[in-house]
Amino acid sequence: MSAKAHLTIDRIRCDGHGLCAELLPELVRLDDWGYPIIAPGPIPGHLLAHAQNAVTACPVLALALKRADKPAR
Amino acid sequence: MIRQRLLAGPDLSRGPEGLASHMQRLGPPPSIGSALIDVVESSGLTGRGGAAFPVGDKWRSIARRHGQPVVVVNGAEGEPQSLKDRVLMTARPHLVLDGAMLAARALRTSRIAVVIGESHRAALASMAAALAERPEPELRQARIAIAPARYVAGESSALVRLVGSGIARPTTRPPSMHEAGVDGRPTLVQNVESLAHVALIARFGAGWLGRGTLLITAVGAGAAPDVLEVESGTPVREVFEAAGGGSRATRAILLGGYFGAWIGAGQAWDLPLDPVALRDRGLTLGCGVVGFLHDAGCGVCETARIMRYLASESSAQCGPCFFGLRALADATARIGERGSNTEDLARLHRWSQEVAGRGACRHPDGAVMLLRSALAVFAEEFANHPPHWCAEPSQPRRIA
Repeated sequence: MSAKAHLTIDRIRCDGHGLCAELLPELVRLDDWGYPIIAPGPIPGHLLAHAQNAVTACPVLALALKRADKPAR
Repeated sequence: MIRQRLLAGPDLSRGPEGLASHMQRLGPPPSIGSALIDVVESSGLTGRGGAAFPVGDKWRSIARRHGQPVVVVNGAEGEPQSLKDRVLMTARPHLVLDGAMLAARALRTSRIAVVIGESHRAALASMAAALAERPEPELRQARIAIAPARYVAGESSALVRLVGSGIARPTTRPPSMHEAGVDGRPTLVQNVESLAHVALIARFGAGWLGRGTLLITAVGAGAAPDVLEVESGTPVREVFEAAGGGSRATRAILLGGYFGAWIGAGQAWDLPLDPVALRDRGLTLGCGVVGFLHDAGCGVCETARIMRYLASESSAQCGPCFFGLRALADATARIGERGSNTEDLARLHRWSQEVAGRGACRHPDGAVMLLRSALAVFAEEFANHPPHWCAEPSQPRRIA
């Protein structure tokens, strides 16, 4: 896994379960309505495994790890 | 300065221009096929739906894709203040159809969907009648689809979904619709005004366009909203005067409609109505709506009405847009109704930062851009609003 990985969210799928913020508080916080706000920039190498866990845990498969150039929205 | 190109010809009050008059006045469009892409590209024409993207670039990127493309003619005009697309479709339907047919030939396709907003009855009747007048092969290429009267229905991924499946809601991207739009085909979504310009550029050449013209809907200047065709670069003040503003005192201007921005009148009068020049200044002409707020109008109450509308127009697919815009509209309305308070003002600032960029489409982004401009231009009113709604300005002066 390269250091250029980003977290992306399918905003239509996301229902605000909030597991991502629990599993990856370093990069994900929740807004006042429970929907994730992702820190800008690529995922630091030491958090990649945690990011992968958060992706796997998302109950609606809205969170994804992308190695593309496009940053998370 | 006023300059009629799209709207040249018979007086608009005479209704739709028929095929015979259209052909007599302009002659048939040339058959130049995909060579038109070069012509449109070198003309510098930009899209008139709001994004001001170069039309030639868009066509070229679609022509490169595999598969037969689909041309979606965007006449949804979901922006509540905008009238220019329906005026164009009603008065000059064959100019729009010429542009659509030329685009289809340039992209080597025979599939055209003309999408028209359901409440635009005169435009719908005119376009349907005009299509029926066209020769048989063209008639079979195009079909008319009706978009629900919703703000987001004109958003391009919502249009693609409407034509493909009958549901007019935005979808998650990528893939872009250039790659996989209607039925997974490369899809060109182009505003009706852009296509009408193409119909003239194809006839008269790339150099003829010059600075080009724009259709502008002026709201709050004269007694009724007015559609004007002006040369690109015309200052705001000239539109105000041409629309019958006279000596009416104006305090702020809403440039670009509900996805645009408030600007204090002092800074606005000399701004050039040119999509690219405005974008370079961090502004947008959007779909060409210019609203004038009278001196007696209240920026907080006007903005509260617009935010209420934009919140209700969320397609309710993405949480930050659905909940965020509602909360922003409520907080703005509380200031308008109960008076300024520091908690709501702080929320408006924080939420408008947080909501931006967090929807599948750009609906929330446009809404918070408008709100942020209001917080800047009407800062004093947001800080010192009385604990009751301000009287609404009389109808002609009202923007929201």
